[in-house]
Amino acid sequence: MKYSDEYRDPALARRLVEEIHRTATRPWTVMEICGGHTHAIMRYGLDQLLPPGLELVHGPGCPVCVTPVELIDKAVAIAGRPEVIFTSFGDMLRVPGSRQDLQMARSQGADVRMVYSPLEAVALARQHPEREVVFFAVGFETTAPANAMAVVQAKREGLTNFSELVSQVLVPPAMRVLLASPENRVQGYLAAGHVCTVMGFAEYEAIAAEFRVPIVPVGFEPLDILEGLLLLVRQLEAGEHRVENQYRRSVTREGNLAAQQAMAEVFRVADRKWRGIGMLPQSGLALREAYAAFDAERKFAVQEIEAAEAAQCISGLILQGRKKPHECSAFGRECTPSHPLGATMVSSEGACAAYHKYQRLRATV
Amino acid sequence: MSITPEDFSCPLPITDHDTVQLAHGSGGRLTAELVEKFFLPRFANPTLARLEDQAVLECPGGRLAFTTDTFVVDPLFFPGGSIGDLAVNGTVNDVAMGGAKPLWLSAAFVIEEGLPLATLHAVLLAMEQAAKDAGVTIVTGDTKVVGKGACDKLFITTTGLGVVPEGVNLSAANLRPGDAVLLSGTIGDHGMAILTSREGLSFASRIESDTAALHELVAAMLAVCPEMRALRDPTRGGVATTLNEFAKSSGVGIMLREEAIPVRPAVRAAGEVLGIDPLYVANEGKLIAVVPAEKTEAVLAAMRAHPLGAHGVCLGEVTAANAGLVAMRTALGTHRIIDMPVGEQLPRIC
Repeated sequence: MKYSDEYRDPALARRLVEEIHRTATRPWTVMEICGGHTHAIMRYGLDQLLPPGLELVHGPGCPVCVTPVELIDKAVAIAGRPEVIFTSFGDMLRVPGSRQDLQMARSQGADVRMVYSPLEAVALARQHPEREVVFFAVGFETTAPANAMAVVQAKREGLTNFSELVSQVLVPPAMRVLLASPENRVQGYLAAGHVCTVMGFAEYEAIAAEFRVPIVPVGFEPLDILEGLLLLVRQLEAGEHRVENQYRRSVTREGNLAAQQAMAEVFRVADRKWRGIGMLPQSGLALREAYAAFDAERKFAVQEIEAAEAAQCISGLILQGRKKPHECSAFGRECTPSHPLGATMVSSEGACAAYHKYQRLRATV
Repeated sequence: MSITPEDFSCPLPITDHDTVQLAHGSGGRLTAELVEKFFLPRFANPTLARLEDQAVLECPGGRLAFTTDTFVVDPLFFPGGSIGDLAVNGTVNDVAMGGAKPLWLSAAFVIEEGLPLATLHAVLLAMEQAAKDAGVTIVTGDTKVVGKGACDKLFITTTGLGVVPEGVNLSAANLRPGDAVLLSGTIGDHGMAILTSREGLSFASRIESDTAALHELVAAMLAVCPEMRALRDPTRGGVATTLNEFAKSSGVGIMLREEAIPVRPAVRAAGEVLGIDPLYVANEGKLIAVVPAEKTEAVLAAMRAHPLGAHGVCLGEVTAANAGLVAMRTALGTHRIIDMPVGEQLPRIC
């Protein structure tokens, strides 16, 4: 397939792997921020190709995983209202709330529909003026521009029956929190290529300088990730800490200005709770006052829901790169993809699900 | 073979109605008209024509293969086929996967009130053609009409009977270490055709369902390898699910080679866009066969000599290690598990 086979070439991959082996003289610990990278690393088994001292720890960049359980409960509560058509990306439907997930709500009569774009939800609102259409606006800087555009579009059309349940989070604040932790082990970042496509990487230059860590925005194909690792290891070995762009075919320093403008028009930066990590100041987005009419939390005045996580689940430590999935006592036993205790076992981009899906062979091969 | 309501050679029977009425299921005059004008001409055969409450069949002796399946696909017509093709081919294939020669089908229809009679007619034409192509007769059937909303347009249940030849003994529990795992062609075509037509996604080239009756291909393969271990058509859940079932039933491991897996470019592209692995996507005209290693070339040659097995490949082998697991050696030389899917395939957020 054009534009992806070129980045999966086994001979080129071998050359990069050899170069990484030649370059790495000491153990290094690097984090891939993005769940898309975790998934690709596991899918292609890239970690199996690395020198034993080069450790990959998996970051919090899985939007499904970090959406707080209270918000899932709110989604279930809103979806249960008879006038509501609740729309969401497919991934979110199976994430466990404290009592139910959205699929269960659907089986009990809630009108829950999977969409591929928030604009489909706007179209539903247009087609069903008698119903309230709510879109679950989840994700990082990657989904925020389209989610913002949906609100702009709804406002432009004068739709009063469209709203968003917003759980947008931002990557750089999480990167800072992890590095500032006294228990931090991360010495370099593979930064999220699609987030950087939207936001650029100028913002990362301060992080790299302040914490003295190299940061490399990378793409999602095997050669992208291997090249990104090589760039990181070269900097680490040389004692450097620059932002170095591997994903040049998609990422520029400034990013996508039109997308950033749409985000800034609709959203303001706000404190956000991250599932498994807790409240991080200025780490997410909320709708601006001018768009308050499109805020599902206000529209439906859902009660502040206090929810408890499964006691055994260590997904918080996993999202911070402090534990690996197989170090959890519930992994593969009480907690499996068909019966997840925590969100990291639900999404294919969650570290626990990726380990469960791809790595159980490790012990036997 | 693809038939759409607008494009059929056999004209729509003349009736007083354009759509199916509840009265069509009442057992009265309209029911008789529906059966006589729509069903009987399509499935014409002496057994059905007797219009008794049952088909009385001359049993050829030996072991029978017996299967039933319900078809609820939405949309009813999709690129490459229709619910009619699936209802015949799917059940023919389930019989054939026992190594049997399919002989007879029953067909039961649950019709939602208001279904255009032209749509029903087009589905029946597709069934007629598929049954003819497969050499099976539809010897008994039933029709029910339910109120609007009680079903989605049209559900069809078909049951199939066939005869298993002497000496053939196929089972998912028969796999032995060293056996070869063969696949008859490209994967994911049917499921991706349905998904992309349902979601209104289009790609550079149209993705068509692979629906087809596989019993002749099966017969050709069994002719060169009567000691074949197992045979299954990887429908719902795709190749990954079928192989996991094999590995668990036989208590063996299965190791695939990533480069060997045939996927059409458009199906791969759709999979990449939707975040869905073709290994988990349904097929309706493909089979997986497990054969003793020394028969690999003979069976592959027999497969490739048949149009439905022209792209047949050896996917990998059965291993003693990793019992109960399916794994894959990737093009990069690494290994990963091919797990059972959990629930429905859900597209990723980003």
